Amino acid sequence: MSEPPMLEVSNLSVAFATSRGTIQAVNGVDFHLRRGETLCLLGESGSGKSVTLRALMRLLPEPLARVAGRVVLAGEDIYGLPERRVEDLRGKTVSMVFQEPMLAFDPVYAIGRQIAEVITRHEGVTRAQADARALELLEKVQIPSAKQRLSAYPHEMSGGMRQRAMIALALACNPAILLADEPTTALDATVQMQVLLLLRRLQAETGMAVMLVTHDIGVAAEMADRVAVMYAGRIVEQGTVAQVLKDPLHPYSQGLLASTVHAGWKGRRLEAIPGSPPDLIDPPPGCAFAPRCPRRFALCEKNSPQDTGLTEGRSARCLALEAQPS
Amino acid sequence: MSDAERWTPAEDLGGPAEPLLKVERLTKHFPVKSAGLFQRKRVARAVDGVSFTIAKGETLGVVGESGCGKSTTARLLMHLIEPDAGEVIFDGELVGETLGLRELRRRMQMVFQDSYASLNPRLTIVDSLTFAPVVHGVPAAQALALASELLEQVGLDPKVVLGRYPHELSGGQRQRVNIARALALKPRLVILDEAVSALDKSVEAQVLNLLVELKQRFDLTYMFISHDLNVVHYIADRAMVMYLGKIAELGPVEAIYAAPRHPYTRALLAARLSTDPQARTYAVALEGDPPNPIDPPSGCRFRTRCPLAAEVCAAQEPATVEVGPGHSVACHLYDPASGNREAQANV
Repeated sequence: MSEPPMLEVSNLSVAFATSRGTIQAVNGVDFHLRRGETLCLLGESGSGKSVTLRALMRLLPEPLARVAGRVVLAGEDIYGLPERRVEDLRGKTVSMVFQEPMLAFDPVYAIGRQIAEVITRHEGVTRAQADARALELLEKVQIPSAKQRLSAYPHEMSGGMRQRAMIALALACNPAILLADEPTTALDATVQMQVLLLLRRLQAETGMAVMLVTHDIGVAAEMADRVAVMYAGRIVEQGTVAQVLKDPLHPYSQGLLASTVHAGWKGRRLEAIPGSPPDLIDPPPGCAFAPRCPRRFALCEKNSPQDTGLTEGRSARCLALEAQPS
Repeated sequence: MSDAERWTPAEDLGGPAEPLLKVERLTKHFPVKSAGLFQRKRVARAVDGVSFTIAKGETLGVVGESGCGKSTTARLLMHLIEPDAGEVIFDGELVGETLGLRELRRRMQMVFQDSYASLNPRLTIVDSLTFAPVVHGVPAAQALALASELLEQVGLDPKVVLGRYPHELSGGQRQRVNIARALALKPRLVILDEAVSALDKSVEAQVLNLLVELKQRFDLTYMFISHDLNVVHYIADRAMVMYLGKIAELGPVEAIYAAPRHPYTRALLAARLSTDPQARTYAVALEGDPPNPIDPPSGCRFRTRCPLAAEVCAAQEPATVEVGPGHSVACHLYDPASGNREAQANV
């Protein structure tokens, strides 16, 4: 493990100023991502997972979004660079696949042209070379009759095809890091599996590092090497996919697993987590999960738990674990 | 009708043997804007001759991918859109003939996926909850009492919630309000169209538990539409699998999940994500996207994606055949009369 990580994030925080007050969307998260590795950020809506992902590419609208902390991406401190340099990195070193490709593509340009544009922007090749590469990319993501599809507009494609085209666009310049925000959530079940298998194959071929944001435990189980569980702007647990999904430590991760309907649970009452996530404008003083936690004790409502490192790469943020270190 | 009667569910007319809902050849073709002046009129065959029943007290799960017609079927049953053909019989009464729409909608209610869009943003929760009962003749004071009672039934505190506007509630709370509103007229059948799909998992589990409890308490019958096969397995007694406006397979949920017959059902079940990182999926269950319901494939609509398609599948629409007790499938593979060579072996 001498190779430095492709991505290193330390104490990243994002706050949004709104008319109601300041929303602390991300509250001091730390993680890293190595070459060829897949990290899943698992969490529910409002947990800060998508905001975290956008912060990595410096896509959040500043100064509306106040970002603090360090993001080192392929050796470059993203928030210490001029915007111009960040633009060079976006699409070349790091790129993103969004949940809704219909919104991510420009509706008035053909798919092929949009892919070629990224290639000419970053690699300075001729239009013809870029077009040839765009065709290659569409074939790589297994779009049938790729040649005709080059001149198709986003609205002429099905949801699954659009998401493949989005992946082709993201991979246009062989990025070292691919960020994917719920890439299959909008797709039908059979198409979702096609796209997940495609992503897995492309990663094996290119060796890129993948960071996947999802609310779906199934997507994490199918894709992740490591999983970071987010709740109310913090990573509450981190570990290998097997550790987190089979032996979760944090009461929230445990609750999330217990409340997700698994095959063959017919007739049993679901162990739902009571209540709902906190308001991030006015979060509870101690542990943000305490009001819903079945294992809370008096201190949980007062003290904010620290990230307790248990072993290399395995950590959780819970006072119950701090009290009894392993 | 006295007020007291308004508060009780509609009478059970046909007895336990009569299905609560009987749907015969229900059809809806939506006109599509044609591409040119002289082109023939095109239609999207959203629901195309669908027949099924829902027994009293059961939960019928409806699954299928987008465009399969599951939501259109629900809207047709509620008469939110008018069917082109087919009839719906509610507890022995023909809808539109012996049973008027107003009375139908008292007996049959619906909960939608988008909890926010389902509530009028300008009405407080109490106004939303009392609206329908007042329209149906319940005096305002009683409707108010009913609203409080319903909120308690769905696990919300009336004192906190009644005066609020929809945007002041969380998604889970709003969906509870929608469920309470659906129950306000004491319906017998509740259609849940992706009613838990937009909720976070931890909240989804709460609402699923609630639905199970309410069904018991109010003696309800559910039609539960969802794209989540695990949730349908969990909650439904029978499952109906739809593909491009047709029913592919229909039967007891245990039978279908244990031994799916239709190649599409098999593919859908195989496309479920694993929850065990040590048992990942390595093969694609099905290639391609669901085709467009405008100009669907001839014969069997699934044949363009079916790994087992034969010549007969393009030529002839498959008949629905019984493959087990209460278990039917529309596939030539199970119909010896179809001439499909492999059909004999399957029977």
